[in-house]
Amino acid sequence: MIKKFDKKDEESGSGSNPFQHLEKSAVLQEARIFNETPINPRRCLHILTKIIYLLNQGEHFGTTEATEAFFAMTRLFQSNDQTLRRMCYLTIKEMANISEDVIIVTSSLTKDMTGKEDVYRGPAIRALCRITDTTMLQAIERYMKQAIVDKVPSVSSSALVSSLHMVKMSYDVVKRWVNEAQEAASSDNIMVQYHALGLLYHLRKNDRLAVTKMLNKFTKSGLKSPFAYCMLIRIASKLLDETEGGHDSPLFDFIESCLRNKNEMVVYEAASAIVHMPNCTARELAPAVSVLQLFCSSPKAALRYAAVRTLNKVAMKHPSAVTACNLDLENLITDSNRSIATLAITTLLKTGSESSVDRLMKQISSFVSEISDEFKVVVVQAISALCQKYPRKHSVMMNFLSNMLRDDGGFEYKRAIVDCIISIIEENPESKETGLAHLCEFIEDCEHTVLATKILHLLGKEGPRTPQPSKYIRFIFNRVVLESEAVRAAAVSALAKFGAQNDDLLPSVLVLMQRCMMDSDDEVRDRATFYMNVLQQKQKALNAAYIFNGLSVSVPGLEKSLHQYTLEPSEKPFDMKTVPLATTPITEQKTEIAPVATSKLPEKLAPSRQDIYQEQLAAVPEFQGLGPLFKSSEPVQLTEAETEYVVRCIKHTFARHMVFQFDCTNTLNDQLLQKVVVQMEPSESYEVIHYVPAASLPYSQPGSCYTLVRLPDDDPTAVSCTFSCTMKYLVRDCDPNTGEPDDDGYDDEYVLEDLEVTVADHIQKVLKPNFGAAWEEVGDENEKEETFALASVRTLDEAVGNIINFLGMQPCERSDKVPENKNSHVLFLAGVFRGGHDVLVRARLALADGVTMQVTVRSSEETVVDVILASVG
Amino acid sequence: MDSPILEPSLYTVKAVLILDNDGDRLYAKYYDDTYPTVKEQKAFEKNIFNKTHRTDSEIALLEGLTVVYKSNIDLFFYVIGSSHENELMLMAVLNCLFDSLSQMLRYIQLILSTECISALFSFCRKNVERRALLENMEGLFLAVDEIVDGGVILESDPQLVVHRVALRGDDVPLTEQTVTQVLQSAKEQIKWSLLR
Repeated sequence: MIKKFDKKDEESGSGSNPFQHLEKSAVLQEARIFNETPINPRRCLHILTKIIYLLNQGEHFGTTEATEAFFAMTRLFQSNDQTLRRMCYLTIKEMANISEDVIIVTSSLTKDMTGKEDVYRGPAIRALCRITDTTMLQAIERYMKQAIVDKVPSVSSSALVSSLHMVKMSYDVVKRWVNEAQEAASSDNIMVQYHALGLLYHLRKNDRLAVTKMLNKFTKSGLKSPFAYCMLIRIASKLLDETEGGHDSPLFDFIESCLRNKNEMVVYEAASAIVHMPNCTARELAPAVSVLQLFCSSPKAALRYAAVRTLNKVAMKHPSAVTACNLDLENLITDSNRSIATLAITTLLKTGSESSVDRLMKQISSFVSEISDEFKVVVVQAISALCQKYPRKHSVMMNFLSNMLRDDGGFEYKRAIVDCIISIIEENPESKETGLAHLCEFIEDCEHTVLATKILHLLGKEGPRTPQPSKYIRFIFNRVVLESEAVRAAAVSALAKFGAQNDDLLPSVLVLMQRCMMDSDDEVRDRATFYMNVLQQKQKALNAAYIFNGLSVSVPGLEKSLHQYTLEPSEKPFDMKTVPLATTPITEQKTEIAPVATSKLPEKLAPSRQDIYQEQLAAVPEFQGLGPLFKSSEPVQLTEAETEYVVRCIKHTFARHMVFQFDCTNTLNDQLLQKVVVQMEPSESYEVIHYVPAASLPYSQPGSCYTLVRLPDDDPTAVSCTFSCTMKYLVRDCDPNTGEPDDDGYDDEYVLEDLEVTVADHIQKVLKPNFGAAWEEVGDENEKEETFALASVRTLDEAVGNIINFLGMQPCERSDKVPENKNSHVLFLAGVFRGGHDVLVRARLALADGVTMQVTVRSSEETVVDVILASVG
Repeated sequence: MDSPILEPSLYTVKAVLILDNDGDRLYAKYYDDTYPTVKEQKAFEKNIFNKTHRTDSEIALLEGLTVVYKSNIDLFFYVIGSSHENELMLMAVLNCLFDSLSQMLRYIQLILSTECISALFSFCRKNVERRALLENMEGLFLAVDEIVDGGVILESDPQLVVHRVALRGDDVPLTEQTVTQVLQSAKEQIKWSLLR
């Protein structure tokens, strides 16, 4: 005690951190006294503390020095000082991954875990399990089983939690402890209960029946631990989700009953579970919402936060359900925790009436500078949603957004604002000019290259079609003078679009372009020279092809094709039509209201779905020489859900062939399927050339088999066909537990649903940003027109949806949105037909008694026009 | 905001942090690899400290994670979990950590103060401060080890945590009884000093 005092006196003067200037080498040097006899517990304890402190600060220990210190430390087990022993356990855990041969302490730890000192047993178990691997685990299995059912709670909990950690590593061993865990679950201690439940669930989660049984047992018997209740609620809601059980099931009743639990934690968990259930009706939500409402006035900030955050989620789907809480939410607007205040306001924005919008917006602007970027994004998203709801308020919003745009903020925040403004512009034509003006002002002083190029692209697209295009030229040209290469290049492209669209601006654009040709950057110069030459030709078709509507190929595909071309020198020029098309046009990605949580994830440039399929198919030798993959369809289910075998089909279209990929899953654990093929009987003159079987299908491991079909050459209009499909395979029965199959099997077959190939499978979606220009470019050489009556369709929206689905083409110029209260509408569709022929469709729709449709089709190939019209009729 | 149905799991806590009033790390334990390198961890701690040290508002959402926190004199305690996690569970961990530490440190303060009466009054306020904590680092290490194990909440009752850590002031075994004895003798001494 005296010593402690001295130490304290020394330090109290400076008040500094006694660990501040620790040197790793000095501490390791000091660790030599571990070897002295007799052991001085106090000094050794202090040194161990220093070592752990250093590890904790992120100091790096080399393997040799760590091993040396570790071995010295093992001697300290001879001391009986409690705290020292406990610190040894901690050191073992901290060093488990750094030092070598840590298993040397196994016997000491085993002794402590089975010894008489209860204080040692729990921590010893945890330390032991940290250094044990699968082979060693067998040796201590007996002790673990005993420890799980030990009557000392800390021992039992430690054993259960350690078992849970080891499930990842040695599932098979831990699985054998289910009975002990079961026994522990009925313990009186609340934490033991919780840990046992968690372990049991982890061991059984793949067995739905066992989980159901377990839930039934615990929901009936009732638990003491609030943590265990939360766990049960999560298990129940997951099970409800998986089984798509109705909300009259006993599981739902259980969750609802938890709303009346004494503990706030449980009540909140239950309310949150109900809110997150898909397809919840307003009536089912009501009790959950009312407990959340109570929480809103809690003195605990965490509870208020949890409640208002959950209400905010409810408001997204069921704004009306939250209106009852409006008064409580109003009180939270002035909460000292700005996160709570922000969430309250954004919730109110979703539930409130149009008249309260102005007032709320004023409230937010008073403290928007105080909240973190994460919540600013939430505010922007709320505004974005609001604009769709009350389009008339767009001027207030636009003002607010432009103010926010001027404030400081990170990239995510600015991007959310820009996306929001862009979506407002697209929704409300009358807000276009103010919106563009705000964005122009923003790029005058914008440090984010991505945003500047995005806005320039938008200006190029929208600017030329405004009444006064000339005023944007100044903003764009300023970029050329002031910004980095990427922005300058984007500005040049935008300028070119003004020149191409507006004849009276053309001369001035050409002059500016001339200056850009002197730029110091290659890309900028190249673009300027290219556009200059195209613009000087003054031909509409050229403008359309090279300025308005760029390439629509997939970039990785183009790279691969070009590489292939350079490898095999040939006389023929490179053909753009052999390049696979981009599957999802980039500009069409809607700014979805993404959860804030995902904002942390780095955005990966994933290869598109089609590129993945292309790789997979290229690996099958039979499919070589089919040319590039043209299109892959969405998967089609060929079986009902919950049958013996689950089969879905993806249709891959090539220039002259189709490959059907059947993804099969065997859901019977007592069967092994081999040589699986899907036999197809076409209804038309399609010819099945080859089957590629899936070698074997063990239980619940998906496998793919393929069928190759040649498309009829002689009749290009035969685009639709129905196939009857039968899955044929060799069955080998096997032991459900071991998966060991019998030696011989028998042939069997299974009838699948029919598979249809439609015109949409032959057409790839392509977005033409400027449909009018593309329409002129293709020309009326192969134009055909026909009128149809769609008797069964009642609304224009429905008709538009049907046509898009049927033809599988890309709607352009946002023509897929029918303005409200209109009786007629024009739909523009663009696509590329198999073989690389552009197809454009203009459908004029008129609503009378049913919908009348006049379809005009243009294409570079006459047969394609026929195919489309024939399929529509 | 369509957060998926929570995967039922015991893994609740992503990290436990204690920073001093300059935002420097006194203690940090990360239980999963959200921040795999020391550099990323320190950057995260810096961000967290900048966002929280001026406001006393208990809870925040940062970098897509829920952070519950508490400050005391010159220390900042943080418990971090996924943004889908039950905020009250995280709060239970934070409260347990804070209460365990204040109890443990108070005991030690008490033993020290018997010899120095003026210090007796200092234990009336909660004495979790940086200096006391640094002098009892091993207590902190052991306490956190008893509260969270690999991200799983091991215990949430501060009494039990303190009991299990069983930190002794040197050779004097410390039980409830000795505490009352100590208090008794302290009272006597105060009385005498006042009478004199």
